[in-house]
Amino acid sequence: MADVHAAERAAGRAKGAGAPVSAPRRGGRNLRTRLVEVAFLAPAVAYLLLFFGYPVVKNIVMGFQAYTTSTFYTGEAPWVGLDNYTAVLSSAVFDRALLNTVLFTAGSIVGQFVLGLAIAVFFRRRFPLSGFLRSLILLPWLIPMIAATAVWRWILDTDNGVLNRLLTLLPFVEVRPDWLTSTTLALVAVIGVNIWLGIPFNMTILYGGLQEIPDELYEAGALDGATGWRAFRHITWPMLRPVVTVVLVLGVVYTLKVLDVILGLTNGGPANSTQTIATLSYAVSFRQFDFGQGAALGNILVLLSLAFAVVYLRMNRRAVDE
Amino acid sequence: MSTTTKPAASTAPGGQRARARQPRRLGHTVIGVAIIAFMLFPLYWMLNVSLQPAGGAVATPWLPFDFTLDGYATAIREQGGNLVTSLLVGLGSVVFSLLIATPAAYAMAQFELRWATPVLFGILVTQMVPGIVVANALYSAYSDLGMLNTIGGLILADSAAGVPFSILVMRAFMGGIPRSIVEAAYVDGAGHVRAFVSVVLPMARNALITAGLFTFLFAWGDFLFALTLTTTEDVRPVTLSLYTYVGSFVNDWSPIMATAVLSSLPAIALLLVAQRYVATGVTGGAVKS
Repeated sequence: MADVHAAERAAGRAKGAGAPVSAPRRGGRNLRTRLVEVAFLAPAVAYLLLFFGYPVVKNIVMGFQAYTTSTFYTGEAPWVGLDNYTAVLSSAVFDRALLNTVLFTAGSIVGQFVLGLAIAVFFRRRFPLSGFLRSLILLPWLIPMIAATAVWRWILDTDNGVLNRLLTLLPFVEVRPDWLTSTTLALVAVIGVNIWLGIPFNMTILYGGLQEIPDELYEAGALDGATGWRAFRHITWPMLRPVVTVVLVLGVVYTLKVLDVILGLTNGGPANSTQTIATLSYAVSFRQFDFGQGAALGNILVLLSLAFAVVYLRMNRRAVDE
Repeated sequence: MSTTTKPAASTAPGGQRARARQPRRLGHTVIGVAIIAFMLFPLYWMLNVSLQPAGGAVATPWLPFDFTLDGYATAIREQGGNLVTSLLVGLGSVVFSLLIATPAAYAMAQFELRWATPVLFGILVTQMVPGIVVANALYSAYSDLGMLNTIGGLILADSAAGVPFSILVMRAFMGGIPRSIVEAAYVDGAGHVRAFVSVVLPMARNALITAGLFTFLFAWGDFLFALTLTTTEDVRPVTLSLYTYVGSFVNDWSPIMATAVLSSLPAIALLLVAQRYVATGVTGGAVKS
């Protein structure tokens, strides 16, 4: 994974010339010192294994088992081979959930990235209050997601929501769209709210990347007539590329597993129109109590996420090499 | 307040010609305010609704002229206990996460351990694991161990966000501590533990604060584990109660929005009081991973 290299580079930069500190007695790295060193790392590794490693393995196993409520009483989860996967993949909801997952992820990422980048580029200028305003933009991202979805539910309310009240103030607008209760609009509304939630993160990281681009490049570019859009295309965008990779990969990986936003706004409804693989996995496990099928859906989600990361990073590496 | 986080502050394009551009720069401020107003409007609306008198689900006035704190009184009466639960879970998660992440970050940054790179890789991979996968497996494990509906169980599960994040942030910082300073402690006869406690920890204070603040926000804002790992109302974080509150065919939004405002207070306080740590956290946790 290229992220590791990026992290190493970043760490190396921060460290300067500093190589890792050697053990207290150079050459004489005795057993006790080594044990102490391992003890520094062991609790965290144990935690990560228990709360990430174990669940991943357990889900793979559960995916092959009939794991239902009766399992909790009898302790028995018979092996069923690929039954969970066939059941899940052939269900009518799955196709819809897969499509929704792709649309939700693509729509959210494009919106968050474009708006986040535009705002980041804007805030690169210095003007009175710029730093203060830039920090305020983080608020939507820092508050609990469920609190944000609660207020959005009221904003998007068909009859009394503030969005529709603003819309009807416009000339020629007579309709009051059912943002969260129409099967065609609900996904659009959910994507819109998720874009709003993601702008702060995208903007902040991209702003950090912009700050690292030396001004000499822009000064030299300006001499050659590259200003405005051309400066962005030929200087900003190529220089920003590593940060863009990080933002997009993290963005997609995080968006694929989003649950709070959708549950908070629509619970996956109406009529599964906002159901994604993540919310479907939740519903199957914790509402229908079929943990085997829920695990199968979770595993499919992990595979999607993994496939995206590998394909994107490989494509990106090739593009950089060329 | 923001200048601390911007090393390149004075070198923005056109900085030298600034004086001639005063009106244009004020124009930028106006646009900037407009962007922020647009982004923060939902939060204003949250506050506005929370201050309105109870009056059924009618169109909310634009400004809270009929200012009342009734919504907050109801919210604290009904949700006070849940806010305390969230607070305990958040603080517990901070203590637990820092306790195990700080030494690990130091070990990965400064020791010559063969394990450091695989562990780092593992931490990055954890970011790809969906919360629902973790919850799905933890539910049965917690059920067997009697950890459903316990504060301790939630603290452990909610730290799943804080521990990897804290390791990444603190590792990046501790890698920057000059080798000579730690070696001086070794020359004075200190072992790893003493060098860590008396030299590294004080130097890493800011990184610890950043990691701790974000870990608190992660645990405080967690919804998925609250939803899946509690089954009764005994232990109910405010995020879950807010969700059930909204779901229960409401006709009075002001106590709900008051609860939402109360649940947002830690984030607002953090942004006002500890803004420089926030900037470090956002960029440190993501770009450097």
